[in-house]
Amino acid sequence: MSTSGPREEYGKLLEEAREKVKSGEGRARVLVGTATCGVSAGALKIKEDFINEIQSKGLDADVVEVGCMGHCYAEPLAVIAKPGFPPVCYGYLDDGLVHRLVEDFLAGDDPSYEYALAALERNDVFPTFEDFPRGVYEEKLILENCGYIDAYDLDSYIARDGYGALAKALSGEPRAVLEEVKAANLRGRGGAGFPAGIKWEASLNGGDSEKYVICNADEGDPGAFMDRSILESDPHLVIEGMILCAYAIGAEKGYLYIRAEYPRAVGHVQQAIDRAREKGLLGTSILGTDFNFDLEIFQGSGAFVCGEATALVSSMEGKMGMPESRPPRLASHGLRGKPTILNNVKTFAYVPFIINRGADWFKGIGTEESPGTAVFSLVGKVNSTGLVEVPMGTTLRQLIFEVGDGLRDGKEFKAVQIGGPSGGCLPESALDVPIDFDSLHEAGAIMGSGGLVVMDENDCMVAVARYFLEFTQHESCGKCTFCRLGTKHMLDILNDICRGEGDPETLNLLKELAEDVRDGSLCNLGRTAPNPVLTTLKYFMDEYKAHIEEGCCPARVCRDLILFYIEPPRCSKLCNVCVGSCPTEAIFTRDDGLKEIDQEKCVKCNNCLKACPPEYNAVIKLSPPVLPPEKEKKAK
Amino acid sequence: MSEYVKIVIDGTEVKARRGEKLLWAALENDIYIPHLCAIREEARPNASCRLCFVEVEGTQDPVPSCTRTVEDGMVVKTRSPRVDRLVKTGFELLLSDHDLKCRQCPANRNCALQTIAKKRGLKLKQKRFKPVARNYEIDDSPEEFAFNRNRCVLCGQCVFADRRENETGVIGFAGRGINRVVTTFQDLPLAESICRKCKVCVDVCPVGALYYKKSPE
Repeated sequence: MSTSGPREEYGKLLEEAREKVKSGEGRARVLVGTATCGVSAGALKIKEDFINEIQSKGLDADVVEVGCMGHCYAEPLAVIAKPGFPPVCYGYLDDGLVHRLVEDFLAGDDPSYEYALAALERNDVFPTFEDFPRGVYEEKLILENCGYIDAYDLDSYIARDGYGALAKALSGEPRAVLEEVKAANLRGRGGAGFPAGIKWEASLNGGDSEKYVICNADEGDPGAFMDRSILESDPHLVIEGMILCAYAIGAEKGYLYIRAEYPRAVGHVQQAIDRAREKGLLGTSILGTDFNFDLEIFQGSGAFVCGEATALVSSMEGKMGMPESRPPRLASHGLRGKPTILNNVKTFAYVPFIINRGADWFKGIGTEESPGTAVFSLVGKVNSTGLVEVPMGTTLRQLIFEVGDGLRDGKEFKAVQIGGPSGGCLPESALDVPIDFDSLHEAGAIMGSGGLVVMDENDCMVAVARYFLEFTQHESCGKCTFCRLGTKHMLDILNDICRGEGDPETLNLLKELAEDVRDGSLCNLGRTAPNPVLTTLKYFMDEYKAHIEEGCCPARVCRDLILFYIEPPRCSKLCNVCVGSCPTEAIFTRDDGLKEIDQEKCVKCNNCLKACPPEYNAVIKLSPPVLPPEKEKKAK
Repeated sequence: MSEYVKIVIDGTEVKARRGEKLLWAALENDIYIPHLCAIREEARPNASCRLCFVEVEGTQDPVPSCTRTVEDGMVVKTRSPRVDRLVKTGFELLLSDHDLKCRQCPANRNCALQTIAKKRGLKLKQKRFKPVARNYEIDDSPEEFAFNRNRCVLCGQCVFADRRENETGVIGFAGRGINRVVTTFQDLPLAESICRKCKVCVDVCPVGALYYKKSPE
């Protein structure tokens, strides 16, 4: 053991890190967002373009990979920080824009504000993100560093006081960490909102000296990517939170359970673990104390049910990933029978803040029962999709219409799906519900891990319910009767309804079965799988009824209930685009030169509707699938 | 502390061993609760058939009695509208993919599903759900017994008995969701697997999925 305390050890690291960061500050820097969202939009190519352009001009500038800033709608994006100018963020980058930015801004002195999204620091020239509605409602805690620090560089985390909470905690008793987290009423961000402090304390009562800390990063909800982005953008924050938890409960070994479909997250976390170990922040004698803790990544194979605590542990033990009945709970009987703390990525990410700034500060954010912030991946039909963080208690309306900047193409809002396949669809009338664990539960949805999908008038709620049921039925492990067979029958019924088959009794059966699957299933996958069905039945009964009573899909989505039709008065005889777009040669030219669809051949692929030039807009969808009588049309 | 606790089931006070699960305490006292997957010797209840629901006073929702440990003074009801509804749905779901040709089944009159139906006044022909055809081939490769997976209710009795009898389990669960089955390693016919024909699995099957080709005299 070294003679100096953890604060002194940390002081040295901090000084080193600040020194290093400072040395780079004199140079211009280009930060390219290369989290998975950026990469899929072409960020790696943009990064290469920047490097090549800078080299070809012989400029002195660093190009750095950072994570996700949350503005996914504008990917690929980059921040250019040049001494003498406020750092400016540019979106929708392509090679032409990169060329221009390097030439005008890096080589010249024109920041090309016409292409900028926002500045990152207050200045007299250009607005910052805080000046937009989104910035007004957002309050970034655990996303604070995301997209601003080099995720590969431990020093850039330390230079922002990273691992300071660890140094502070290690100078005191483990109990103090636990008490602080308990006092902060930090509720688990994995979905159910169970208080983390109480869970941690329960693991102390087991009396077993061997304990484990596991981070659940088996994020699998369609449309959710919060955990992935955090791990890719700021892995050390999560690692520090896990070390603090381990110190509080006396664990020496921890695992990050990350799904194998997240290779970038796995890579970033692995190098973060290696760097932390090199600096004495992980492994033996952490920061010179006699506290030992090490971390390892366990890659999950992508079974949705493995997000369920007991199934996750089973899969780590080499068994089939299947849930077990509880109790015993993991806190007393977890991995290899030892007391185990399993928390979500975001839950751990809050811990360093709580230790650094105190429980009272944390409770000052959000609502009384749900303190802190909520992180959502805001997707679907909103203008500004991306990763957002708002204080608990923000309403759904503010989140969708202010933070998300409203719906695309001026379409009308229909529903918002919160919490993924375990959550529910809420209608317009529920938009003033404040976002917190209890209010959302009351409304029939759940906070879930934070997926938020916005739907507009063109979405069919029956088809949405069917989509989620298809997902859960496919992901059901098959162990218990209700989930294995119940989800299968629910899906069958929904498929019937989407074909317009069924009667009022069908809807009753669907509701009864959904309630029974909710009440009878073994694990939370089955218990929550009916939520999309129950909420759509509750809020969108009209749509269900239209399907079975009138054979009509009001949103014109369900294929069996629609047909495509070319309106003769709008069709231009001179244009042939639809004919070329049709994969089954169903569209032909009539004797009078107008186009018509042979309904026998049509496969309802939507190509002609997309292909028809907007000035004609002649292709429409009809539901119920009945052709308008031509004579009537002419009489009009 | 006494080795026994007193609990009240359906108005009758009964004695139960401390630490015992409610299901076994009830069955021991001749109080019937439907069940398929429960195995007393297993440390952690399987809790997969979801038929043994009861109401426990002080607990909001019905609980599977195989998962609940008895406590002194516990008041339990084996029947209630909510329990009956769950049991009925669970039972009908199991029937919806069960091969219901009872007359051709060697377990006819000696079948756990028939017992449940009789005791709870449920019908063996359910009409709520469309039948799910499984169409598995019958494995009649062993000389004395055969395995018809279209009758299997996936209770796991055979898997547990096999593991207890044989050092290396011969059969186990495979597949996910609606495709979950009991099978051998690599899905081989039993005769080609490492099966030693000990037949413990056949003896414990409650529904005639594993059955003797000739009924033992």
